[in-house]
Amino acid sequence: MLILDIISSILLIAGVFFGFSGALGLFKFPDFFTRMHAASVTDSIATILILFGLILQTSFDINTAKLLFILAFLMITSPTASHALAKSARHGGLLTLPEVQAKQQERTH
Amino acid sequence: MTEVYTAVTIAILVVMAMALARAISAPTVYDRILGVNMFGTKTVLFIAVGGYLMGRPDFLDIAIVYALINFIGMVAVLRFFEYTAPID
Repeated sequence: MLILDIISSILLIAGVFFGFSGALGLFKFPDFFTRMHAASVTDSIATILILFGLILQTSFDINTAKLLFILAFLMITSPTASHALAKSARHGGLLTLPEVQAKQQERTH
Repeated sequence: MTEVYTAVTIAILVVMAMALARAISAPTVYDRILGVNMFGTKTVLFIAVGGYLMGRPDFLDIAIVYALINFIGMVAVLRFFEYTAPID
């Protein structure tokens, strides 16, 4: 029981650490698509770690199934949302940082 | 375990606050949507961990519903902005 608690605590705290680093990347990265990459870290690894940390606390009952359902939903929906967001930003005319720099160089030449 | 749950809940709240601050202060509309999406995902985790913190794992039902509604809201907003968003 105790060892399960320890593993679960480690998973939860690691998940929160990845979530925090992703939130920091949301502020620090230079262009939109790299910021999206930072946010994807929180969507994938932080979710998996935190939910698995909670799964270790259940005793293989209905709550385990619910947590696995949440994990499955998030694993399906968050890549879909990321894809829709990137597609929509591309259609809206956002450029990556190298593209912006290339454009500026063209303008100066 | 309660201490770990409390710490994790508070940390998720901090992350949610950062995502919300980003959604308010971002330069483009897509950055705002990114912040809101992250806020929604963190809310799901917050409800799940908070349910265990209060000893009521039934909160997981609410987390499932929130995950689905968050996704539908995201896609709806993106459909609306796909061709009409101004870049400022």
